[in-house]
Amino acid sequence: MIALLRRDLTLALRAGGGFGLGLAFYLILVALVAFGVGPEGALLARIAPGILWVGALLACLLSLDRIFALDREDGSLELLATAPLPLEGIVTMKALAHWITTGLPLVVAAPLLGLMLNLPGPGFAWLFVSLLIGTPALSVLGTFGAALTVGLKRGGLLLSLIVLPLYVPTLIFGAEVARRGAEGLAVQTPLLLLAGITCGTLALLPFASAAVLRVNLR
Amino acid sequence: MDMRVKDLCVARGGVALLEGVSFTLAPGQALILRGPNGSGKTTLLRCLAGLQDPRGGEIGFDRELAAYGAHADGLKAQMSVTENLTFWAAVHGLSDIAPALAAFDLEALRDRQAGMLSAGQKRRLGLARMMVTGRALWLLDEPTVSLDAASVALFAEAVRAHLAGGGMAVIATHIDLGLPEAAVLDLGPLKARAEMDDFDDAFGGAFL
Amino acid sequence: MRSLWEYANPKKFIETSQRVLPAVTWASVACLVVGLIWGFFFTPEDYRQGSTVKIIYLHVPSALMAINAWFMMLLASLIWLIRRHHVSALAARAAAPIGAVMTMIALATGAIWGQPMWGTWWVWDPRLTSFLILFLFYLGYIALWAAVEDDDTAADLTSILCIVGSVFAVLSRYAVNFWNQGLHQGASVMRAGALAGDTEERVSNVFALPLFVCIAGFVLLFVALVLLRTQTEIRARRMRALVARERRG
Repeated sequence: MIALLRRDLTLALRAGGGFGLGLAFYLILVALVAFGVGPEGALLARIAPGILWVGALLACLLSLDRIFALDREDGSLELLATAPLPLEGIVTMKALAHWITTGLPLVVAAPLLGLMLNLPGPGFAWLFVSLLIGTPALSVLGTFGAALTVGLKRGGLLLSLIVLPLYVPTLIFGAEVARRGAEGLAVQTPLLLLAGITCGTLALLPFASAAVLRVNLR
Repeated sequence: MDMRVKDLCVARGGVALLEGVSFTLAPGQALILRGPNGSGKTTLLRCLAGLQDPRGGEIGFDRELAAYGAHADGLKAQMSVTENLTFWAAVHGLSDIAPALAAFDLEALRDRQAGMLSAGQKRRLGLARMMVTGRALWLLDEPTVSLDAASVALFAEAVRAHLAGGGMAVIATHIDLGLPEAAVLDLGPLKARAEMDDFDDAFGGAFL
Repeated sequence: MRSLWEYANPKKFIETSQRVLPAVTWASVACLVVGLIWGFFFTPEDYRQGSTVKIIYLHVPSALMAINAWFMMLLASLIWLIRRHHVSALAARAAAPIGAVMTMIALATGAIWGQPMWGTWWVWDPRLTSFLILFLFYLGYIALWAAVEDDDTAADLTSILCIVGSVFAVLSRYAVNFWNQGLHQGASVMRAGALAGDTEERVSNVFALPLFVCIAGFVLLFVALVLLRTQTEIRARRMRALVARERRG
């Protein structure tokens, strides 16, 4: 399974776009929001945690359809399914690879973009922590959506329609942590709930993803 | 361990394609599947590989012992020949890829990116992948597509070596592989007569 | 002892539902006519809310059915996954657009009710918001059914989506609650006091009786529509099977 992870990371590096594309999208999105609402510092500071979370979520969404589509096209997905690895493990590794190539760069970039949005001082640490805890759930949920739509032509839009409602609880608690952090309030409750959601999805969703993948490979 | 298939019925898209497929394969034996296009060769192989469930019948064989070679080779264009093979070997818990490279005459190409290979070379790499799975039963779907005569001979040699080591192979093909010892199963007469789809079938035909 | 599962045979299902359908339809029409006329014209106006309160006769039943339709789909999905009864999968498929429309009615009537009450068409109140999320789940579910060509594959995929979606719909409900405490009046209909005529916080007796008639009407309407649409799905499925047979024959 480590071999699978290593292969996916190698491919993301060599094919290009794996790391860069999501980040570029994140940057553009933040800039567009600033253009949209105006340059006033106080307003940007107030909406910064929410914008940075929504931006990370959308940037994450962008690369979801590649999780299985490429492997499906060249036949590796079928061959992997007949390999001795459990399908649950395969989808977990796929989600992990997606998180490392897409989620983690976003987590690292978010504080920098926070500077641009005039995020208040105490917010940086909590923004970073909330994204660090929350983005794995986004990758795991996205992997489920990708597994659902892997056999479909033009599945991209459908994938977004299915995955985005699933992102709601993660977004709410994640953005709440960042917001409360920025305003200097106690973050413990939403932080624990966010961690709970991430743990729950990590533990259970791979089974659902593997089940739908099995159906789609049939 | 023998591979026993008894009275198998396979369906694609809810429509039965083949029925009454039965054969037995002992270690060291190969079976060649013949039949016109659309007769269900690929579906049968996918069932044997465990990718889809047969509609009826029995497969008396541990699917964990089967390696499947599909039309698509599962190669990554951005990785070298060695990297591709090493990956598939690692997935199957093995590490030695040298014999596979040698058997399919890929040593000179070992550092070439898979995306730069010709169609025939890719195919050879895809077949070399079978050797690094370390599995006893090879299920091959049209393995000789885009291979030249010399490569077909290499392939036959590799299959023969695999069989000599106690392996088995089920190969769907149209051409003569130069494996006269292999049994041949003609799928033409096994075309499914039942004209129900799964939905009707679930109710004993009461629905239509 | 006859088993419930024999109705999972499409032929049996169509025969039985044909027989039941007219009765259910007429009962639903009767309940809705009586309940709505009673509610709209023969109940007093609320001392605070005036005549706007009467939209409750559409809002509450549709909201109730929006949730119950999803529950029904969840149940049907589980039955499909466990027992592989095709009728069950098709019933889930048939119920989805009805549930989506119910959700839409609940949202629209909520907005219309909210305008005079809260002075705005839309507030990010937890209940309204979670209905919006429920609506999105319906859309995704329906779109997935439409996108997958093979019927059994589609049934499997949507069933699993329905289960995962249910968990996340409930999670969203609590998340949204956490996110904004809300203006919405609590679920006041079903509490014990409703029929006892406690007027303070609860919907009082005069309003409650026609409301229950309306709810019964909506439930019957839902049942009638699901039966009808499931029949249609079964027949569409049968057509495809016949065409497939013709092509092969």
